[in-house]
Amino acid sequence: MAKATYLDAIRLAQQEEMMRDNRVFIMGEDIVCNVFGTTTGFVELFGTERVRDTPISENGFMGAGAGAAMVGMRPIIDTTLSSFLYPAMDQIISIIAKSRYIYGGQAQLPLVIRSCMFYGNSNAAQHSDRPYPMFMNMPGLKIIAPSTAYDMKGLLKAAIRENDPVMCFEDSTCWTSKDELPDAPDFIIPLGKGDIKREGSDVSIIGVAGAVQLALKAAKQLAAQGISAEVVDPRTLAPLDMPLILQSVRKTGRAIIVDPAHQVCSAASEISATIVEQAFDALRAPVLRVTTAQTHMPFSPLIEKSLYPTVDRIMAAAHKLVTGRPAVDA
Amino acid sequence: MTDRPNDHSLEKYRRMQRIRTFESEAEAIHAAGEIPGALHTYSGQEGSGVGCCMALRTDDYMVGTHRSHGHPIAKGAALRPLMAELLGKATGVCKGKGGSMHLSDFSVGSLGETSIVGSGVPVAAGAALGSKLQGVDRVTLCFFGDGATNEGAFHEGMNLAAIWKLPVVFVCENNGYAVSTPASVTVPVKDVAERAKAYGMPAVIVDGQDVDAVEAVVADAVLRARTGGGPTLVETKTYRYGEHAVNMGRILLDRGSELDEWRQRDPITLYRAKLIAQGVEAATLDAIEQEVVTEVADALEFARQSPYPDVTEAFDDVFVDRLPIPDYINS
Repeated sequence: MAKATYLDAIRLAQQEEMMRDNRVFIMGEDIVCNVFGTTTGFVELFGTERVRDTPISENGFMGAGAGAAMVGMRPIIDTTLSSFLYPAMDQIISIIAKSRYIYGGQAQLPLVIRSCMFYGNSNAAQHSDRPYPMFMNMPGLKIIAPSTAYDMKGLLKAAIRENDPVMCFEDSTCWTSKDELPDAPDFIIPLGKGDIKREGSDVSIIGVAGAVQLALKAAKQLAAQGISAEVVDPRTLAPLDMPLILQSVRKTGRAIIVDPAHQVCSAASEISATIVEQAFDALRAPVLRVTTAQTHMPFSPLIEKSLYPTVDRIMAAAHKLVTGRPAVDA
Repeated sequence: MTDRPNDHSLEKYRRMQRIRTFESEAEAIHAAGEIPGALHTYSGQEGSGVGCCMALRTDDYMVGTHRSHGHPIAKGAALRPLMAELLGKATGVCKGKGGSMHLSDFSVGSLGETSIVGSGVPVAAGAALGSKLQGVDRVTLCFFGDGATNEGAFHEGMNLAAIWKLPVVFVCENNGYAVSTPASVTVPVKDVAERAKAYGMPAVIVDGQDVDAVEAVVADAVLRARTGGGPTLVETKTYRYGEHAVNMGRILLDRGSELDEWRQRDPITLYRAKLIAQGVEAATLDAIEQEVVTEVADALEFARQSPYPDVTEAFDDVFVDRLPIPDYINS
């Protein structure tokens, strides 16, 4: 085992699964040129039939992925940035999410839709999306949002082996984070299983994607201030591991959900509502959401960065819930 | 192709009759309230669907549209599960979850009859890509209407098939109308087939009321696809007798004498006359018609006797594993 980054984990997961199963192939824009380093060496290993550059036709190649899956292939569709999922919405929703259902189980769509959430980099409103909540609202799609290299490798390998369509949201704020990655060929993390990233007793901080790293930093600083925070990472957003989240909230009696998406109908909103419905009796304080403001992402760096969840906002929320007072200045 | 009638010719006649009879029965019971939802009939276009499907192998793939009754029957699907689907029954081909717009029978090579106009085109390209990657010689045929050729999905799918030389045959069943809007006001070229030029793709226009002619041009396109020659766009000039969907009278344009003129060129009437001229006994064709009537009556009886799906069925087939059933169901 060697330390590897989140991007390495994506590459290794794909490479191992393509070696294991020749039905797996990858297509998308600039796959051969390999912009982010997730397909390094793939053309040499697998050839351009299985490592396939596409035109800028997101709806077209998304649908082609669906058709290939229906006849027994297992495509990985790389949509580059998650903002580019929108032109492909018709195929994702009306074909990929719904075909198994409409045809009474006759269609099988084993495919993975990868996309990167490239936010916080002054790319303005059309290139900075975190759109997973829109897809959580749609039955028929499984959704993973790994926060570490370790989780990425295990979850993406599991996603490629799934017989249902899976969307993989890759958080660019995690790209350089490193982990020891297991190299066992069958190392997988089952979809739908969350993870306690740090144990604590005063408050549960449930982090989504890159927000898990923020939550861990906040928890460390809170500990020095006498607040014991538990950090829960759902890892999969559809299906959500609500039993794990509820178990944590029942233990601490307090919950903060940190979610880089816009607040309205966010993953945080869904988790929050379910906590209130199912663990109200255990709550000692209101459930709080720390999300991105319901406005667009501006280009200018200072005003963009002020809109996302931060360590400070998480700590302020924790203090409000646990001590009823604002956070002390460190 | 042969000029002499044979079992293959009689099978074409049988399948066209099956579609017509199946749909006239469906329209009658829809009017009587036995079929819920909308009904998009294919009547008038039988020569197109049957001509195309009879040029395919059983293991070739097919992608279709919301006007879905004709395609599976043309490809050889059994009638019982199709009629049961129209009635929303558990024995329906889609277990009662698809209905009139989605009569898709995967056992005869269908990969869906999709009701978002144009959305089947990229799927067909992808199925053909799958066959290419698997090294098998299966061809995919994709049906769509003239309206679909104004969708981005059509152009993206055509482009993918052309650049990757995929084994696919695109068939535009041009019935002249997108719902109520004539193609003449939405398509800037005289023939949809012209659009293939933009993709360097061969295109051919054929009389959709002549089942033999359709089969001949599609057979050429299928052969090209199967032998590595890439995609073809076939435009069948045809006509639907009904409205976009049954009972949409309020938005139907006055078609003047057009309907009567097309009925003069009914694909089934034309083919019957042709077969008789070629020496087939009228009694042989009458017998086929009778068999089809019996078959459709049997399918309807089967559908009527079949149970409706249990409400828990709503939670099956979202994923491979059934979803949890909420408490309010069956409580």
